[in-house]
Amino acid sequence: MFKQKKRTIVVIRFLCLSLLALIVLFPVLYTILYSFSSPEEVKNQYLLLKSSYVQRSFSLFPKQFSLQSYYEVFLATPNYLIKFWISLCLCSAIVVGQLLISCLGGFAFAKYTFFGKRVYFFLLLILMLMPIQVTLLPNYIVLDKLHLLGSWWALCIPSIFSPFGAFFMTLIFQGIPNEIVESAELDGASTLQILFGILVPTAKTGMISLAILTFIDSWNMVEQPMVFLEAIYQYPLSVFLASVLEQNAALQFVCGILGLIPVTLLFGFFRDELIEGISISGMK
Amino acid sequence: MEKRKQKIGLFLALPILLGTLVFYMVPLLITIWYSFTFGAGGTNFVGFANYQRVWANQRFQLALINTIKFLGIGVPSILILSLGLALVLNRTFLGNSFFKLSFLFPMMVPISSIVMTVQFLFQDFGICNQLLQAMGLPTQRWLNSSWAFMLLLLLYIWKNAGYNIILLLSGLKMIPEDYYHHADLEGANRWQKLHYITLPMLTPYLFFALVISVLNSFKSFREAFLLSGNSPHDSIYLLQYFINNNFENLNYPRLSVASVIFFSAILIAVLLLFILQQRKRDDIYV
Repeated sequence: MFKQKKRTIVVIRFLCLSLLALIVLFPVLYTILYSFSSPEEVKNQYLLLKSSYVQRSFSLFPKQFSLQSYYEVFLATPNYLIKFWISLCLCSAIVVGQLLISCLGGFAFAKYTFFGKRVYFFLLLILMLMPIQVTLLPNYIVLDKLHLLGSWWALCIPSIFSPFGAFFMTLIFQGIPNEIVESAELDGASTLQILFGILVPTAKTGMISLAILTFIDSWNMVEQPMVFLEAIYQYPLSVFLASVLEQNAALQFVCGILGLIPVTLLFGFFRDELIEGISISGMK
Repeated sequence: MEKRKQKIGLFLALPILLGTLVFYMVPLLITIWYSFTFGAGGTNFVGFANYQRVWANQRFQLALINTIKFLGIGVPSILILSLGLALVLNRTFLGNSFFKLSFLFPMMVPISSIVMTVQFLFQDFGICNQLLQAMGLPTQRWLNSSWAFMLLLLLYIWKNAGYNIILLLSGLKMIPEDYYHHADLEGANRWQKLHYITLPMLTPYLFFALVISVLNSFKSFREAFLLSGNSPHDSIYLLQYFINNNFENLNYPRLSVASVIFFSAILIAVLLLFILQQRKRDDIYV
């Protein structure tokens, strides 16, 4: 009797969670589903959304299977792929730059004492809480003074210096015992040897998760390109797609897939590191 | 030797310190300066005059109220939901890690990738309204009515709940099993265990989840913008919109005042929460 009741609970729990997971994944699944529809169909459907003339003919699911959209985006016109690769390069540059700077900073904050360290660290914490909009305008002024405005450097360089990154790496390096660093010092290892030969390999998991978090953040960048860049054609994939929604409606789903590819691959390969990283970030 | 180590430390920290100085500190100071001045380049110091003007501005009031509403509803809902799911997922059962990953995945998804799906679902003649109509219920203008607020809230929870769930799960793993065994021996029921063991032990994690959720809520501007562009429905006119629109009007003092108020409110809130959490923690360990 008791066992049966327990079993029912297990089954109900499983069904509820499955339903929830389905709802959560629905937008992505739907995007995938409709990416295999023809551009004309998507275009027609999109027009139907807003007009009341023939509303009956709008259908929940695509009617015909077609690879036409994929052909258009991946083979026929190079524009999308070019944008994709450039966005990817931009994000990779941000990730590499930020990891480097954050490692140096984290190393300093975790393993050294220097004048004003506690104050600096506190300031980093406060700046970490600052929403991006607060300094969007003055950042515009600063970037203008540095002659970086209107180019991708304006997106790249400020993102490299991230208070969160430095904070995150400090937490991670603090988790590595001081004795390891000290004994390496006694053996005559240089500062950089200690950092890149010992600390970085030990903190691999943490670094990967920071890299993923940073990548998502820059891959989804919206505010900065809109303010720091002048022309829509310069926009990275994240904003570009939404800016040309009307004109690009027919191919929007496949373009969405384009945006999903890198993050899904990252998620697939490094999900454990990501989960570990999120857990670490909560342990302060 | 000690002196030399200090120098190396400072040297290593220099890039991040300089970078944050140039791209965070200086801009923040410029914002604060602009909020107290008037005229091109912030030449005339006018004290709190800008603040008074912005405070009386109707659009600002709307944005402020909407933002508070968004936080007031969004953050508690996401925390309760995440806590509930974390408690459920804290046991091992079939499909456990699949569910965990499914809930986490939206955080990876660029909002621009699903913007079309959202249009299909919620446009005036989209799927939701079709379904409503088929059931004989009245249709809604989801994107152009006060429903837009609910929609934004939903997207916010959809995108950020996974992070919180993982965070809270890692907190739950830190609670020693012994505590529960003891409670079982004393005959505690499920709610008592939740109230006297789980929640107190989880407080630091809940605090962090709270801070992260507040910070993430400010990123909801992305969703709002990608859903309805520069002219959103009044119900989702958030402070970020106010700042953004004034940027386009080149109204720097107004924008700066809003930014300063915005940031101070966050700092005060986080500080208060932190003090509260510390006090609570002390209570437990006394």
